[in-house]
Amino acid sequence: MPARILKKERIAPAIYRMEVEAPLVARKHRAGQFVILRVSPTGERIPLTVLDKDPAAGKIVIVFQVVGKTTMMLEDMAEGQEILDLVGPLGHPTEIHNFGRAVCIAGGVGAACVYPIAKALKEAGNHVVTILGGRTAEHLILEREFTATSDRLDICTDDGSKGLHGFVSHRFLQILEEREGVDYVLAVGPILMMKAICDITRERAIKTVVSLNAVMVDGTGMCGSCRVQVAGKTRFACVDGPEFDGADVDFKNLISRLRAYKVLEDESRQLYAARRHACEERAQAEAASESQP
Amino acid sequence: MTDEQEPKPAKKAKTPRQKMAEQPAGERTKNFNEVPFGFSPEQAVLEAARCIQCKKPKCVDGCPVNIDIPGFLRLIRDGKFIEAAWKIKEQNSLPAICGRVCPQETQCEQLCVLGIKDKPVSIGYLERYVADAERIAGEVRIPPLRPPTGKRVAVVGSGPAGLTVAGELAKLGHKVTIFEALHEPGGVLVYGIPEFRLPKAIVKAEVDYLRALGVKVEVDMVIGKTITVDELLEMGHHAIFVASGAGLPQFMRIPGESLNGVYSANEFLTRNNLMRSYQFPTYDTPLLRGKRVATIGGGNVAMDSARSALRLGAEKSYIIYRRSRAEMPARVDEIEHGEEEGVEFHFLTLPLKIVGNEQDYVRAMVVQRMELGEPDDSGRRRPVPIPGSEFEMPVDVVVVAIGNNPNPLIPQTTPGLAVQKWGGIIADEKTGKTSRDHVYAGGDIVTGAATVILAMGAGKNAAYAIHKELTGEDLAPVKPESTPSAS
Repeated sequence: MPARILKKERIAPAIYRMEVEAPLVARKHRAGQFVILRVSPTGERIPLTVLDKDPAAGKIVIVFQVVGKTTMMLEDMAEGQEILDLVGPLGHPTEIHNFGRAVCIAGGVGAACVYPIAKALKEAGNHVVTILGGRTAEHLILEREFTATSDRLDICTDDGSKGLHGFVSHRFLQILEEREGVDYVLAVGPILMMKAICDITRERAIKTVVSLNAVMVDGTGMCGSCRVQVAGKTRFACVDGPEFDGADVDFKNLISRLRAYKVLEDESRQLYAARRHACEERAQAEAASESQP
Repeated sequence: MTDEQEPKPAKKAKTPRQKMAEQPAGERTKNFNEVPFGFSPEQAVLEAARCIQCKKPKCVDGCPVNIDIPGFLRLIRDGKFIEAAWKIKEQNSLPAICGRVCPQETQCEQLCVLGIKDKPVSIGYLERYVADAERIAGEVRIPPLRPPTGKRVAVVGSGPAGLTVAGELAKLGHKVTIFEALHEPGGVLVYGIPEFRLPKAIVKAEVDYLRALGVKVEVDMVIGKTITVDELLEMGHHAIFVASGAGLPQFMRIPGESLNGVYSANEFLTRNNLMRSYQFPTYDTPLLRGKRVATIGGGNVAMDSARSALRLGAEKSYIIYRRSRAEMPARVDEIEHGEEEGVEFHFLTLPLKIVGNEQDYVRAMVVQRMELGEPDDSGRRRPVPIPGSEFEMPVDVVVVAIGNNPNPLIPQTTPGLAVQKWGGIIADEKTGKTSRDHVYAGGDIVTGAATVILAMGAGKNAAYAIHKELTGEDLAPVKPESTPSAS
């Protein structure tokens, strides 16, 4: 059903936080689940992370990074406008227990997926250490939120502009070397980041959960577009996941499959960018002609 | 038109079975428009007049929804096309769809007595003709509805079974809401069956007809996720009909199936039909269009995929089927259409693995030739691999059309709902009753992947059973139990 945009906020370069009206999803959503949306009658269906919900107010908070045409269109939408279709919550909720010492590793926009899970882990009594990574200080998101839900928050940036200079996997290795003892790891972010973390935890036999952002169409198990290889078996990220035991995931295959439509997606994006540019030029020209006496 | 004979009312001139004009094969593979144009009015009258109006019509026995076939043929013969459509609609709310996608050759037309010495009456083409005539004339009539009963029914899924139940119950005065997971109603009719076989405008018209009967349609609602079956009951629905379809594609479990360019038929068709990737980049959903497309499987879905591939610009479109042509479950019409359009059939051929290039896109498929051995459990001769017959076929897209498992969302989220080992919901054959009170089910989620009309038949029986539960009134038709199997 259509979902009205209540609030839109840029929280990092090309990353937006959006509050949308979706009472049914807000009522049902649990940490780990996602939504699928479509912004125009000719649009595609894309899965997006749900950061938070407010069932009483009938709204959810979504976070997205502008990467393709659909997210560019979302970026161009204003508060008060309606997203044509929004459906969910989809996928299994995260299994939350008191595991003991949990490390939540969040890379880039993946932090939006980690946040509700970290919060739920904390509420379940876990000792939560969060490692939040980004390219630069500017690219870090949800720092304040993670501070509230973590016993300790470690920050890493690729360029050293804030926190530790280096990748989240480096910081994670340090934690392991400090012999803090880790019972549970959650890692969501760029595929290579998740792979690096799983390579570390696999040999140490630490339970590691990853959330996979496979390409989806319907999101209900019907098409199989989102299939991933887990422990040598074909699983569907939409109905079997989106979370899987990271030790068993074939990340190389996931990287390939995420690239499948690159040429076509670039074409779509360029066409839209050209249209956007033409609109802006026209608006500028109109503004200029109006300002002239 | 092939036939210019005038009917001679005085003498019983033998009229041959009429053929529908259609787009020439060379032209139609360049577009997604419907292949047949349909009968002319003259042809419809000629064809309907071929019916000898049996006193005990066998054809009706072959119809899962019990249409008064001689009755509507008689009206066509007399030139009363619109009335003929209304006659069909007494039993079947979706004639424009059934006229196109029912396997009449194994149902009503198989039992037509004319078929013994000659060819059976073209019941399907005539059903299609009058349904179209009614729609085009803008004379779609709302049948008399029973007074409101105050009972509410939720229908899960808007495919053929769901639409049928909704239509029947609405006519009986119940308040019906259909919940559809996707953004457009129609289920397999919109995501699965291609435009060239079933134009989406027709599905839309049939759904609008149900809306005119008072049915509410809610899209973007994944029952089991957005709302559970139990919550639907708590919300005040007096009965639930689950028709969530057979939507979980099977793969072959051969190496290379996760390469880019390997699709389940569901995905290939959904991207094209529901998301319209054949109109990319006007529509945003992308699809890898192969130059050489191999579709694995021998059913209607495989044929739809192979024929879609041609329309998407494939130079070669292969059907890879491990048995022989005689065992192909696809409708004869569809196989013939595929042949005319240039689909190449590789029978007795088994895919062994799919091979990728350095970027993990499909480059070839290794297959093995088979021969027919001893009969297996199904009575069909079992295909046996011929040693040393392996060879590599250069292909760049592979579509796997070997069937679907039932969608797990509802069974997973409905405690106490009994399911088969293979995941299908267990429901009474005649009433659709499940192990849960007030919960009925029908269509592919119960039977496994079958045909549109079987799903509609199940929907109709369930509608009567639901009506009986809600009002005590028994409307179940007196009808022989056997309906020929359609797969």
